[in-house]
Amino acid sequence: MTLPSAVATPSPALDAAPIVSVRNVHKTYPGGVEALSAISLDFPEGKLTTLLGPSGCGKTTLLKIIAGLLPATSGEVLVEGRPVTGPGPERAFVFQDFALMPWATVVRNVAFGLELRGMARSEREAVAARYIEQMGLKGFENKFPHELSGGMRQRVGLARALAVNAKVLLMDEPFSAVDEQTRRKFQEDLLELVANERKTFIFVTHSIEEAVYVSDRIVLLHRRPGRVHAIIEPNISRDVDPEQIRRQPGYLDAVENIWQSLKQYLD
Amino acid sequence: MNIAGYRLPLFSSLILWAIVWEIVGRTGAELIVPPLSAIVLRIFEIVPTKSFLDALAITGEAFLSGSLIALVVGIPLGVLMGRSRIVDDLLLPWVNVFLSAPLSALVPVIMVLAGIGKATIVLTVVLFAVWIVMLNARAGVRGISPSLVEMSRSFGATVFQSFVHIYLWAALPEIIAGVRLGLIRAVKGVIIGQLLISVVGFGTLFEVYLAHFLMEHLWAVVLVIFAFAFVINELLAWAERSVRYYAASR
Repeated sequence: MTLPSAVATPSPALDAAPIVSVRNVHKTYPGGVEALSAISLDFPEGKLTTLLGPSGCGKTTLLKIIAGLLPATSGEVLVEGRPVTGPGPERAFVFQDFALMPWATVVRNVAFGLELRGMARSEREAVAARYIEQMGLKGFENKFPHELSGGMRQRVGLARALAVNAKVLLMDEPFSAVDEQTRRKFQEDLLELVANERKTFIFVTHSIEEAVYVSDRIVLLHRRPGRVHAIIEPNISRDVDPEQIRRQPGYLDAVENIWQSLKQYLD
Repeated sequence: MNIAGYRLPLFSSLILWAIVWEIVGRTGAELIVPPLSAIVLRIFEIVPTKSFLDALAITGEAFLSGSLIALVVGIPLGVLMGRSRIVDDLLLPWVNVFLSAPLSALVPVIMVLAGIGKATIVLTVVLFAVWIVMLNARAGVRGISPSLVEMSRSFGATVFQSFVHIYLWAALPEIIAGVRLGLIRAVKGVIIGQLLISVVGFGTLFEVYLAHFLMEHLWAVVLVIFAFAFVINELLAWAERSVRYYAASR
């Protein structure tokens, strides 16, 4: 299918340096359900790429294969040119349900990745404190997760992923379990993070608006089995006030185009 | 509890029943139920005697070693059952059978295997305690959120690290509940074992007291054992409360 110019094919600029490459990945679950079929994708360094699609399109499966949490049935994933065989220190994961340890304080949760690497306690807690402050959680270091709101819990999850200083952040619908106001604030903060942290973000969502708002590039997946349907680069200027982004013609066009192309797959 | 505006002191109901016991004991039933005051006095009289202390030492040793074996074997096996389908399929039917079976019937079998002595008592304790410990550890591990397990893997945890940092902690509320129930059953096991063998520990005491119809002595020992079981239960209930802050929010 042909797409209008506002959502044109990938630009050479974003193709320059893929840090993560997915090569012809298939995933069939035991029992014969084909989740992913012949996925080949490049994820440009320092950008935010979103995997977008209806539920059941395999976007979370693909993210977990990139994370090394699930094996691909065939094909391979390369991170910085090396094939993925399991989780690695250059990738960090942010979970939809936060996945915080309820028996541990905020600072211990944030420092967990460093604790596993055997970093000394004072050292890792100093690193954690820095990211806790960056996430606006200063003063909550010794609180337990159940004492925090949903939004604050996900900030802990983000701080934990940032604290291990991975080059690639994998985010599995990170804002879907928080309320709408908090989600919008998160989306703005995420743009700031992408601009400042020079990390590569791979983001999974089922929200078209969220995808267009935060993404440099959107990979549209369709389902049964999951395939790459289109790759879209929203023509949006991010130098403006975050409030203005949702009024740009490029934003509105991209949302409309994605909706039109996803609509045909509704049951 | 409040009655007519007055706040009743703790254990009020216990005091009420103690008074009832005292009255019943003083109105002709003392042959079988001696007055409570007489029994309490008898406790102070019996406890320092050599025969009681010997019985207590034997019982305590069998209880502690049997419980320790039950926990050391039961918790890891339960965790394994929670993690491995094969181990679960192998062990779960046995756990369920032994959990509901009248285990006292097996004590004579153990006696044939292990002889009349300490080994039989210890084995009886293990047999009473281990199943509920296993079942609870299994339930705790099965209840772990899969994303917590994925989380620890994604941050590079080894299998051992996942076990220490995630599985054990996430299953701890259930494991402690299992230990509490297991230890209560262990008290039953150690007493029933001694009663059935009747030549060891409190079993001997009961035998002697009953033969001479010393009801005050008998009740004194019973009360001491009941108090012991009560204290164990309360200690572990306290341990359970100390992990409650996260048990509800896992």
